[in-house]
Amino acid sequence: MSEATGELCDRSAFELAALLRSREASASELVDSAYRRIAEVDDRLSAFLLLNEEDARNTAARVDDDLGRGVYSPAVAGIPLALKDVLCTKGIRTTAGSKILEPYIPPYSCTPWERLAASRSVLVGKTNCDEFAMGSSNENSAFRPVRNPWNLETVPGGSSGGSAAAVAAGEAVWALGTDTGGSVRQPAALCGVVGMKPTYGRISRYGLIAFASSLDHVATFTRDVRDAATLLSAIAGHDPRDATSLPEGPRDYTEGLEGGIRGLRIGVIEGWLEMDGVQPAVRDSVRAAIDRLERLGASVEPAELPHADYALSAYYLIAPAECSSNLARYDGVRYGYRSEDGEDVVQMNMRTRGEGFGDEVKRRIMLGTYSLSAGYYEAYYGQAQKVRTLVIRDYERAFERFDLLVSPTSPTTAFRLGEKSGDPLAMYLSDIFTIPSNLSGTPAISVPCGLAPDGLPVGFQIMGRLRDEATVLRVGRALEQDLGLILRPPLLDALAA
Amino acid sequence: MPVDIDVDHVARLARLALTPEEKERFRVQLGLILEHAEKVREVVAGDVSPTAHPVPRSNVFREDDPEPSLSNEEALAGAPQVEAGRFRVPRIVEQE
Repeated sequence: MSEATGELCDRSAFELAALLRSREASASELVDSAYRRIAEVDDRLSAFLLLNEEDARNTAARVDDDLGRGVYSPAVAGIPLALKDVLCTKGIRTTAGSKILEPYIPPYSCTPWERLAASRSVLVGKTNCDEFAMGSSNENSAFRPVRNPWNLETVPGGSSGGSAAAVAAGEAVWALGTDTGGSVRQPAALCGVVGMKPTYGRISRYGLIAFASSLDHVATFTRDVRDAATLLSAIAGHDPRDATSLPEGPRDYTEGLEGGIRGLRIGVIEGWLEMDGVQPAVRDSVRAAIDRLERLGASVEPAELPHADYALSAYYLIAPAECSSNLARYDGVRYGYRSEDGEDVVQMNMRTRGEGFGDEVKRRIMLGTYSLSAGYYEAYYGQAQKVRTLVIRDYERAFERFDLLVSPTSPTTAFRLGEKSGDPLAMYLSDIFTIPSNLSGTPAISVPCGLAPDGLPVGFQIMGRLRDEATVLRVGRALEQDLGLILRPPLLDALAA
Repeated sequence: MPVDIDVDHVARLARLALTPEEKERFRVQLGLILEHAEKVREVVAGDVSPTAHPVPRSNVFREDDPEPSLSNEEALAGAPQVEAGRFRVPRIVEQE
């Protein structure tokens, strides 16, 4: 039934749910299609750290059973899903991309997966990522780097690069990742898929392996914006087990999605577009998308976030500080790796951590420990928290005039493996446009807006007011429908040939 | 100017056993990263209150109802070493 557009696994969740309900396709066929694709491409991509095949097939069979008996099935039932390996899955190994958690089998599930599992979502596998979600290229995975399906010599972005690559290559129809400084939006941009980070607290963090708790967001990867709204609707809503969870209950984010954007006031962060280091092809593609929004009836004017220049510096003090505190729990006592060496417990702790953590994680723990240590706290962490307040005020001021702010998601298209791995500061700069929304907790989405002349995708970032995911999604949807891009990595055409 | 940090002291605080090569590399890299991060000190923000969480919520309480939790076996299932229903670790106090 799928001759026209190739494999089932390349379609949107919305289309697949319709095929399931009309019984033109079965959930078992969907899961077969995803595993077939994984078998074809994942030895080159390394998007997955674990495949959950038996369990996935059983769930798919139950969905088919339900459908056969005419039982109502929710929009996510039977759709092949991938989860970044920082999201705990009960009974299924969860490593955070780290040697220190290589043996870890969680005794409980994170709330987003618990909700999706209850709706019979089909978990294809756990995806590769930068260790403890720290990185922008996926080269910090303790196991192996992920490759970008658009060009195997380039990175997929990070830290949720495995989830991004899996959705781009049809190994899963959608996926969850986490976004602490852009770790969903940046890889979504580099892999040509949609990455949506909702408001801080919208999706529960319960069962997410913590990196920087005040910045960590669970976020989605999908083929299009409509799927982003559907997946968000399935997992959002208050969770009493996360004290920072927003009090509002679930809602349907697909409602009003197609309402158009006439009359919306859009602010363009001109200072970012014109910054040195922004590739001309990225700038052109983003400007062309802005013109489209104007033609669709939005008003477009320059906007500014004056303290955004300081956001990166503040982020690289706050995130490592929270990381050094959160990662203190990996001490070789209760779970995970333990060094065999060590005369006493402190030596055992130190060797376990020295052997178990990778380079970037150690660097950030050191940085955070230093900036929180006696005599430096006020100068670094305290001052960074004040800058955070100023960044938030910038957004509040901008949102008095504008309904949304737009920019490139990333200054460049996908860069080559090894290009930035020796230079932490150059790597940190690839998150310069995504970090401010983590400091402010405001929702933001990356939508593909074209291909650069190098054949690599460009991402368009739309940022909205606190709690206003609906408008962000509506503009993203209007843009993608107007663009009508069909994004298919060349890797997949080679398969069909 | 790059910031000069006492790597041995910080590694001890962080409970990280580092090789001499790692110490030297981190000393240089952290110095440069901190130099960049010093930028936050340029901002005059004397009377600005710090933000710890982007969507502040305070006093998030729930009913104090006991619920089932992990069993002893489940809690110990991932432990590197276990003895008599407890986590086993190398000695903590000095021997006489």
